[in-house]
Formats: sequence, structure tokens, C-alpha cells
Amino acid sequence: MAALQLKNIVKHYDNGVPVIRGIDLEIADGEFVVFVGPSGCGKSTLLRMIAGLEKITGGELLIDGKLANHVPPAERALAMVFQSYALYPHMSVHENMAFALKLAGRKRAEIDAAVQKAAQILQIEHLLQRKPKDLSGGQRQRVAIGRAIVRKPSVFLFDEPLSNLDASLRVQMRVELSRLHQELKTTMIYVTHDQVEAMTLGDRIVVFNGGHIEQVGSPLELYNRPGNLFVAGFLGSPKMNFLAGEVVSADVEGVELELVGGTVLHAQVDGGALSSGAAVTLGIRAEHVALGTAGAPNSVPAKVGHVEHLGDVCIVYAQVADISEMLALKLAGGTLHKAGDDIAIHLPSEHCHVFDGAGKACSKK
Amino acid sequence: MKRGFFSLVGHYLVLCAIGLICIFPFWWTFVTAISTEGNIFAFPPTFWPKAPAFDNFVEAFRVIPIWAFFKNSILITFWTVFWKLLLCSLAAYPLARMRFRGRKLVFGLILATMVMPSEVNFLVNFITVTKLSLVDTYTGVILPNIITAVSILLLKQAFEEVPQDLIDAARVDGADEWTIFWRIVLPLIRPWLATVGILATVEAWNDYIWPFIVMSKPDEFPLSVGVLYLSGTYGSSTRVIAAGTVLTILPMLAVFLSTQRFFMRGMDGAVK
Repeated sequence: MAALQLKNIVKHYDNGVPVIRGIDLEIADGEFVVFVGPSGCGKSTLLRMIAGLEKITGGELLIDGKLANHVPPAERALAMVFQSYALYPHMSVHENMAFALKLAGRKRAEIDAAVQKAAQILQIEHLLQRKPKDLSGGQRQRVAIGRAIVRKPSVFLFDEPLSNLDASLRVQMRVELSRLHQELKTTMIYVTHDQVEAMTLGDRIVVFNGGHIEQVGSPLELYNRPGNLFVAGFLGSPKMNFLAGEVVSADVEGVELELVGGTVLHAQVDGGALSSGAAVTLGIRAEHVALGTAGAPNSVPAKVGHVEHLGDVCIVYAQVADISEMLALKLAGGTLHKAGDDIAIHLPSEHCHVFDGAGKACSKK
Repeated sequence: MKRGFFSLVGHYLVLCAIGLICIFPFWWTFVTAISTEGNIFAFPPTFWPKAPAFDNFVEAFRVIPIWAFFKNSILITFWTVFWKLLLCSLAAYPLARMRFRGRKLVFGLILATMVMPSEVNFLVNFITVTKLSLVDTYTGVILPNIITAVSILLLKQAFEEVPQDLIDAARVDGADEWTIFWRIVLPLIRPWLATVGILATVEAWNDYIWPFIVMSKPDEFPLSVGVLYLSGTYGSSTRVIAAGTVLTILPMLAVFLSTQRFFMRGMDGAVK
């Protein structure tokens, strides 16, 4: 196990294009950290830099307090699981898993024992003599994880390991990865663009955008108290509802804001930094939007545009007058609303988020 | 439907015509070798064997030291192919997978050699071989043929097709560059190595002019040179020469037919 420190890590490609713009991050020993962000945000590049597969242009990477910028990948005591599995096709499963130990000059009995133990953990003992081409996607992924386990690394690096699996297998593997972390208690860094994986797997989530960190925190912290518009919009499905407005009055107790259509709403956030007339964005998650009564405080009239029945829940998309984007409401399953119905939407002030003109969130009360 | 049928028939007719053109010289040689009657210079020529028998082959074995030539050819071909695969792979790998200054220039210079016909090199190669005291040695025959731009080009292409993730995985597993090359990448490009190897085998086996220039002792000739050179010496008939030529071709046919499956084999299961 190992702790990692990233100090102002920077990466430029040869043509000078920056991909990582000064990352500061500390990962504790035994922690499960998830790097999440849209495609091209630099999360995989940072993982490869930690692995030693990409050069670090600037800054310091410390593994267990030791500078590792120029340490070769094999000497970093890390193991990596690739999105494409990257199994050696000409070797059997056993040979794939034993490869690193063979290179390290371990004795055959020791190698066999390590492979058997990893195979047992992953329930792939019956596959050891097969070649990768004879395995299903899920089995290949297990072998890839097994190859990492046998090395007993200090840190596991996962680069979108489940993205090639089908939905049900992904759920199963997610559970198994969680179990694996609890069993091994090794530091794990997991890259994904799937927010469900991020929310369910990580002790902490690091949200990336455009080569920098937007926010770091526990899954619920990020979900309930997003630091900015990007994080608020990135986490959650359906994504958070955003309504453009203008501050009417604001103080540390709350913000009074007027929507484009003239509706005035109240949000229980610290609006001390906002001034009257400032452009802001009100955000509220779909599950916090409720059906209300027309004319009641913090309620707006709307027309149902589209309904998605998901069984346990029902997503209703409603059009508020003068607002171009539809608002999503997550209601209990079996709702009888249909397109064209007139409804009133209630936006509870304690669940409203307010973001200033720069997209920064006002802290929640 | 009808149009598709005629198009298919058209395709097959063209392919058959090309096949016939390719096969024709071999067939005529074979007919000449196996026939024991008739004038081979008669016009119009006959393309079907007359009184077929193996007499000409028996005669070829009697008048030409075919087994000795055969052994010489195997020796030259084996070492040419061995060194070509090893050295061209070693040249192609860094060009494909390593980033170093001047990489494109080096590759450009290698490619530039492709525009020159091999005959242009004979004089320079002969001077070099003479200066190295390699005249009348198999090393002299083999040396100029072990590095060719085409082989490097093919193998570079093969190395480029190996997924980067496999190389990264090996690197994380603790493999150095040589281990990656020898234990990961080279086994993965076996179909390409087989292709280059087969082409090199055919080329080395059939090579006629260069061994003829370098070697002067008839008992050290490879099959391709020996059969034709000794035809005059022993005053053999054209039919016997044709039989000798067929015997020269047969091993290549066997090699080609037994190894062609390697051409098509891919890299199943490497990555998703």
C-alpha cells in the first residue's frame, strides 16, 4: 500500500498543447479514488503519468513520499488494468498472470501459488490454461485484474476497466471491484467517465475538466454540495435542472431571485457575496423538484412535455413558461401524468443551489 | 440478382485468365519435363504431355548433382531467411515504436533504396565482397540479401499494428525494451514474419545472378545456378533441364502450400 502526492503536475505534448494544467492532489494509503470527467479532460493521461507511461512535464509525483517522476513503471510498485484488457494473446491465462513475476525472477512454486490465489479470488481457476481469445469480455477483464493482483502492488490503477462490458456485467464487476478493495485494502485509482461507477466505487471522487480538477470530495459531498456548475451538471442522472435568473436580494440567509419569466424564487444558500441585479443560475436536482400548487411560494406553472416510465421511478419533463429548457422531475413510479398536462412545480428552497456569474456555487445553508 | 450473377461470372473469368497466364510457364515446363516423345520446338507447340514418364527426372538425377545443389540451396536460403527476419525486425521495431530524432530520415533513406534495381548494386556489392575476401563463400552470397527495404517496410507495418496497451502493460509488468520486443511483440507478428519469411525463402531459393557472380566452383552452386550451368557441361537435353527446373520449383511449392495459413492469422484476443 502507498500514499500518493501530486504537486502541481503539468503535462504538455511535444507541440506545446497543454493537457494537464497543474494538478494538486493527495491520495491516502488504502483509499479508493475515482477520476471522473468528460472525454478528453486528461484523467487517463494523468493515470498514465502516475503509472510512468507518460512523461511528466512539470511538477512532482511522490509515491510514499519519494519523488517518482523519473522512476521506470516497473519500479513504481503499481499495477494497471487497461480498458482494452491488454492481455498477451499468445500466452495462456496462467502465463499472462505469471508474466510480471517471471520477469521479477520469482521461483516457480511462488509464482504458481500467487497465480492460484489470485485466480481463486476472481473465480477464474478453471480458465488458467485458456488463451485470451477463448474468453468472454467479463472473463478477460477478470484475468486483467488477476494479472494486477498477483504482483501485490502498492497501488492499483484502473483505466476505464468496465467500459467494454455490457450493462449487467458492469454492475456485477462493480460489486466485485468494491469487494476486492475491501479485501485487499490497497490504494486504488480508478478512471471512468461513468458517474454511476464514480458514485458507487469511490471513497473520494476527483472531477476533471479541461486538464484541471473541478472538485474533490466524497460522492455524496459532490452530489449534495457541488462546488460549481460543471460538477453540479456532471454528477446526477438526469442532470441537475438549471434556470437562469437575476438576484433580487441576497444575504447570508438566502437569495431571492427572479427567473426569466418573472417568477420570484427563494434559495436557502449563503448569498453574502452576491449583489442585487447579478446574473445567477438556480440549480435543483430532479428528485428534489416536487408537484405543487399554482401560486404557492417557490412554485411555477408548467406543462408536461414528455414522460419516461422507468418502473420504480418516473421522469417527467415539464416546460415552464418563457424558459427554453425543460425541467426534469423524478416522481414515484406509476405516475399518471401525460404529455400536455398542466401542472405546478414546487422548487423547495432548501434544495435550491445558486451559482454566480462565474459558475461558482454559493455555499449551502 | 441477374446483374450480380453476371458480375460474379465476369470476376471469375478475369481471375481464371490471370491464373492461366501465371500457371502457363510452369505447365509448359512440366509438360516438357514429363514428355518423352515429340519435338519440343515443333510449331504449333503442344501443351499436353506425350508418352508421359519419369525418365527425364531419372536422367536429371544421373547427370546433375542435384542433391549437392539442393543442400547448397537449403544452406543459403536458411541463413538468408534467418538473418533477414532477425535484422529486418530489429531495424523495423525502433522505426515503428520508438521516438528518436532522425527516425523519419532513416526510414526515408531505407525506402529510397527501393527505387534502385538490384542489378545496380551488383558491381558495388561485388567490390565490397571482394574486399572482405568473401568471394566464393556462402557468406558473400547471403550478406547483400539479408536486409531489404521491402522487408523492413512490411515488418514496420506489422509492429505498428500491435496495440500500444500491450506494450504499456508489459512495461508496467517490468519488461525492458528487449523483453517487450522478444517476448511480446515478436510473437504477435508471427503472421507477418511468416509472410516475410516465405517471400524471402522464394527469393533466396530462386536467386540466380548474384550467386552466379560470387560463386565460381560448380560443386558449391545452389540449385538455381547449378541446373542451368551444368546443362551445357553435361550436354543434357532440354527435357532433362526442364525436369531439373521442375525439381527446383517443387520445394518452393511445398513451402508455400504448407505455410500459406500463416498469412491470414490475426491477433485474436489481444485487446477488445
